[in-house]
Amino acid sequence: MLKKLLPVVALSAALIGIPGQGVADDDPIRIGSFLSVSGPASYLGDPQRKTLELFIERINENGGVLGRELEWQYYDDAGAANEARTFARRLIAQDRSDIVIGGTTTGATMAAAELFQRQQVPFISLAGAVVVVEPVKEWVFKTPETDRMAARQVFADMQQRGISKIGLISGTGGFGASGREQAHKVADEFGIEIVMDETYSPDDSDMTAQLTRIRGNDEVEAIFNFDFGQAPAIVTRNYADLGIELPLYQSHGVASEGYLDLAGSAAEGVRLPVSPILVAELLPDSDPQKAPAMEYLEAYRAEYGEKPSAFGGYSYDALMLAVDAIERAGSTDPQAVRDALEATSDFQGVTGTFNMGPDDHMGLDIESSFRMVEIKDGTWSLLDQ
Amino acid sequence: MAEFLQFLVTGITIGCTFALVALGFCLVYNASHVINFAQGDFVMVGGMSAVFIMSSGVPMWLALVLAVLIGGALGALLYKGGIQPAKNADAIQLIIITVGAALFIRGVAHVIWGTGYFSMPGFTGDTPIRFLGVVMVPQSLWVIGVTVGIVTALALFFTRTRLGKAVLATSYNRDAAKLMGIDTGMILVLSFGLAGLLGAVAGVIMTPITFTNYEIGVMLGLKGFVASVLGGLGSFVGAVAGGLILGLTEAMMAGYISSDYKDAVAFVLILLILFFMPSGLFGQRGVERV
Repeated sequence: MLKKLLPVVALSAALIGIPGQGVADDDPIRIGSFLSVSGPASYLGDPQRKTLELFIERINENGGVLGRELEWQYYDDAGAANEARTFARRLIAQDRSDIVIGGTTTGATMAAAELFQRQQVPFISLAGAVVVVEPVKEWVFKTPETDRMAARQVFADMQQRGISKIGLISGTGGFGASGREQAHKVADEFGIEIVMDETYSPDDSDMTAQLTRIRGNDEVEAIFNFDFGQAPAIVTRNYADLGIELPLYQSHGVASEGYLDLAGSAAEGVRLPVSPILVAELLPDSDPQKAPAMEYLEAYRAEYGEKPSAFGGYSYDALMLAVDAIERAGSTDPQAVRDALEATSDFQGVTGTFNMGPDDHMGLDIESSFRMVEIKDGTWSLLDQ
Repeated sequence: MAEFLQFLVTGITIGCTFALVALGFCLVYNASHVINFAQGDFVMVGGMSAVFIMSSGVPMWLALVLAVLIGGALGALLYKGGIQPAKNADAIQLIIITVGAALFIRGVAHVIWGTGYFSMPGFTGDTPIRFLGVVMVPQSLWVIGVTVGIVTALALFFTRTRLGKAVLATSYNRDAAKLMGIDTGMILVLSFGLAGLLGAVAGVIMTPITFTNYEIGVMLGLKGFVASVLGGLGSFVGAVAGGLILGLTEAMMAGYISSDYKDAVAFVLILLILFFMPSGLFGQRGVERV
């Protein structure tokens, strides 16, 4: 009976804010995470888990934060939004996390965000979409660049090349659909007109028909493919097979070695915005992202024997931002940590330079985050900006 | 005109891959009246095996043969390990066993190969062929050629060989076939094995075009099932016709109207055909035995 009641008591105690026990100075700092380590988004969540595990351990080896050890509790939501919400609730009520880093996908983040708002626990999301921080939610922050920034970056590059009319081709999945919407929203800012707008479903194995339609429109000066996963690689191959001469742009969604492997030589000349971590070795030493990115890259590679992805970088930044905020707050008091997070300024992460504020809970700008690259000889090469 | 031809070529290529999956459904359905929902996963196993055998340094053609054999073995194993032990279970129960097997195969593939997408080079290069303004990768010719070859071989097998006729006899009446001295157990293993083989062939020939991934069987299985229902479950001609209709509809919709409605139109088409021709285009009228 008592055993059954215990969680209930603990839960209600947490909910009404009665401290279960006094927080002593040598208590660990509890960091909670819910990540999509398995399931369809596992290629995002897996490097995030690896990153957090590795760097929390390293921080502890170096004496922890504020002289206290970090204690990490993580759950795998397998990419399911309802699971994410359940785990978020458990992290808040049962594990009494001081700060939560997680929400690999936008779906998982949005399902859980409201809990953090209600229970007033600082939450740093690893999800891409703009909706996470727009409108601003008091307790919710995020580290990844948004799809809107990617669209802006691509359009800026087009504008520089004198391109004004483009064909857009995107997937109907969550990422592609959101990207398409953002592309339409910001195209005007760069004097770009989307004259062809094609879509495909994420499982499609051939986009020749859509590309043939785009090619049929003589006005089109460039093609922009906004999507992630394997479909953009098929688009790239179909584009090359059709012998289309127009420049092809991709989004940050394909910025992985996997895309290079799948698309092969068809990807030569493709341009896309990427996270600095992907091109860390190519960055000049004067670049503010060079040092943090190399540090992350080398530690990760030494431990796991593979190059980290941009997705792992998001969790690295989230962890470092959390540590930075706790140090500046001088405690784990939720309000103080939240305020410190919001006051983050000129923080050099691997994804970019973070300057948060009351109306910006992501804090990245285009200049410091995305780098335009062109694929040359089967690898990324930086474009001069 | 060039546009139309382009859509036609695209549609036929996609259609052939659907047709190959649909043929696998037919084989198993004819022999056992089971709809094998693991058929799509045979395709996945074929493609994935080929990619990984090749990456371990085995020459391409040998890797292709090995991958196809693995598919065949998997089909026979599904019968031996899943269907046969269930003995005289209803078709519905057997179908559920195949659903379970599909999930299991997918799970194992996930553990062994991970979640990434993989590709392999086309059998005879990747330089596209251009004629009359139409572009086509050489692999498309392989897909179309192999489909034609397999359909011909199956037709000959079922009409010209004793073994093929024994399979047909088993499908019409298992007890009577047994009385005539046909080893029906062996025939069923053979049918499942052939279905696995066929699935794996589909997997290896389409991987250079569509890529492969541990989950690719889900969508392929669904489309292949739709194609076989469209053509009339159990009819080989129907399976090919169903696959081509589905592929061409998708390509024409995406090309001329909008890719948003592509899948919807394919499914509406199926509803219509099934409303007016409940047993599909080439299906035999169901005869209720009283």
